[in-house]
Amino acid sequence: MNGAQTMPQTETMVLNLGPQHPSTHGVLRVVLELDGELIVKADPDIGYLHRGIEKMCEFRTYHQCLPLTDRIDYLAGSANNLGFVLAVEKLLGVEVPKRGQYIRVMIAELTRISSHLFWLGTHGHDLGAMTPLFYAFREREKLMDLFEMVWGGRLFPCYFRIGGLAADLPEGFTDQVWEFVETFPKKIEDYENLLTHNRIWIARTKGVGVMSPDEVLDWGWSGPMARGSGVDWDLRRDNPYSRYEDFDFVVPLGSNGDTYDRYLVRMEEMRQSNRIVRQVLENLPSGDINVADPRVALPPKERVYNNIEALINHFLIIEEGVIPPVGEVYQAIEAPKGELGFYIASDGTGHPLRVKIRAPSFANLAALGKLAKGRLLSDLIALIGTMDIVLADVDR
Amino acid sequence: MIVALIGVIALVSVNALFLIWMERKVAAHIQLRPGPMEVGYHGALQTVADALKLMGKELITPDEVDRPVYLLAPIIIFLPVLVLFLVIPFSPNLIIRDLNVGILLIFAFSSLTVLSILMAGWSSNNKYSVFGAIRSIAQNIAYEIPLLITAMSIILMVGSFKLTDIVAAQDKVWFVVIQPLAFLLYIICATAETNRAPFDIPEAESELVAGFHTEYSGMRFGLFFLAEYTNMFVVSAVATVLFLGGWRGWILPPVVWFLIKVYAIIFLIMWFRWTFPRLRFDQLITFAWKVLIPLAFVNLLVTALAIKLF
Repeated sequence: MNGAQTMPQTETMVLNLGPQHPSTHGVLRVVLELDGELIVKADPDIGYLHRGIEKMCEFRTYHQCLPLTDRIDYLAGSANNLGFVLAVEKLLGVEVPKRGQYIRVMIAELTRISSHLFWLGTHGHDLGAMTPLFYAFREREKLMDLFEMVWGGRLFPCYFRIGGLAADLPEGFTDQVWEFVETFPKKIEDYENLLTHNRIWIARTKGVGVMSPDEVLDWGWSGPMARGSGVDWDLRRDNPYSRYEDFDFVVPLGSNGDTYDRYLVRMEEMRQSNRIVRQVLENLPSGDINVADPRVALPPKERVYNNIEALINHFLIIEEGVIPPVGEVYQAIEAPKGELGFYIASDGTGHPLRVKIRAPSFANLAALGKLAKGRLLSDLIALIGTMDIVLADVDR
Repeated sequence: MIVALIGVIALVSVNALFLIWMERKVAAHIQLRPGPMEVGYHGALQTVADALKLMGKELITPDEVDRPVYLLAPIIIFLPVLVLFLVIPFSPNLIIRDLNVGILLIFAFSSLTVLSILMAGWSSNNKYSVFGAIRSIAQNIAYEIPLLITAMSIILMVGSFKLTDIVAAQDKVWFVVIQPLAFLLYIICATAETNRAPFDIPEAESELVAGFHTEYSGMRFGLFFLAEYTNMFVVSAVATVLFLGGWRGWILPPVVWFLIKVYAIIFLIMWFRWTFPRLRFDQLITFAWKVLIPLAFVNLLVTALAIKLF
């Protein structure tokens, strides 16, 4: 007998990870082919949270589409709203007054902090660090309270409207944001004390999921995922919208393109967002928040009650919504998870002809199979965590 | 003997109930929250309520399991734990059987838990359970070696396997002062032996759902849980005997001192869990074979040399 025949036959095992699993961040299903703990092949299977938002938009007025966009990346509702309203405003050719734009920037940056805090908590928890979750959620809860002051809810804002905002900021809001802005940098130190120099944390994240800058571009990564690899691309700075050019902030970059660098990038982004919010508060102008055009934004209530033309405008906006000219538009913003783009085609009616949403999580998740190959099962969990995917954002 | 058995079972149950409550409280305060507050004073009776709930749960046996092995596993994990209490010296008089191979008996029986974990993981017919079992076995074998070697360096100094002799040898100075490295190694290995974070990969819930006991429900799961916390008590008790002078102390009665030391070590182990992330499987094994085992051997050799010289 030769040696080959006495060797035990081994075969790979297929493990179905998810869609019900503690760390797939929702309903991601990954079909794994495993050789022991080694991943031979990882195949993400998506679509469990597909709600057909793009198709649903085609049967609704532009205003009715807005609540749907809340639910794309439900951890950063305001960012989605911002992308959509900016796209529609571009189509209409209107620009929101300065105060409205500044408030939008402030809310968008607070949303970024809240989204990154959620990522920090869950990413840490996936790697077995339970305590940062509670630290991060403490601050996130404070942000949720702030958001509740503004739009009455926590996750689904719908506060940005086409042509402006639903309402001005409530009384006492800026004082509370000031309080948050002043204390938040100290809290980031708390998280960093637990993780940044922790030997186990470094061992678990360094060298895991390495992407070179070229690969980042090939796979269409954006946001912190791309910046972790040193791709210097931030739409807030490189293609400013909503007056981001008025603010001074640094775009943090990583160098190794691994999970640890992406962690550092996101931590620094929270600090920078905090800086932007501080600048908004310092320079918040007074004045209107909505476009004066009554075909775009609701006229002030005062006038609706006393003036028949304003009342008619009010009715028309509620009934028909805005009616943009025939055309196409693409507007991308820097959402917490990367480039969030809205492509809207209009045929000149009150409903969009086609809405295509370029969701960051979808592009980022695509590389999971490539990164997980040849790694251990535990690394896959780290990779899902670092991608900061929201399945609602992937499936839409 | 019957009295002793009842005593041990009572101690095991009360200890587990207390430890689960303590863990929840420690975790809560580290994480800036109050923890259980509703049932009893500061939630003191919460675990009693949980235990009652667990006993009332239906025992679900999945269809495709290997029945005899599946049913035996929770019992096998629990029985050796009872034996361990036979030799633990709570005070000079409070010891059930002062065997002359006490420490060996503890190590021998505590390594039996691996068998049960293998049985549970394999018989569950669940891929996550198998992973949990494989990891647990690799880990326990890797960490038992440095654990024994570190204990060996103490035994060399005392010249006896008897636990009361080891305590008696520490009348002048606790061994933690003479053997700080051994103490450190022991605590690390003990944490790994009991599958506690940061070495809790056999039940890493973010990877393996619940590891080897995924398919167990009700009191069967409860027995695994009970065994985990009792094991924690045992390794801490052994650490107290080996390094912290056992029941020795001032003013307070010896048994109180013994328990204070044991729960202090348990608190330390809990503190680890709520502070550190989890190691990866390969890092865990590398750490054992490349760091802990060589260090333990060096410690043993230096100890042997020192005993020979002085």
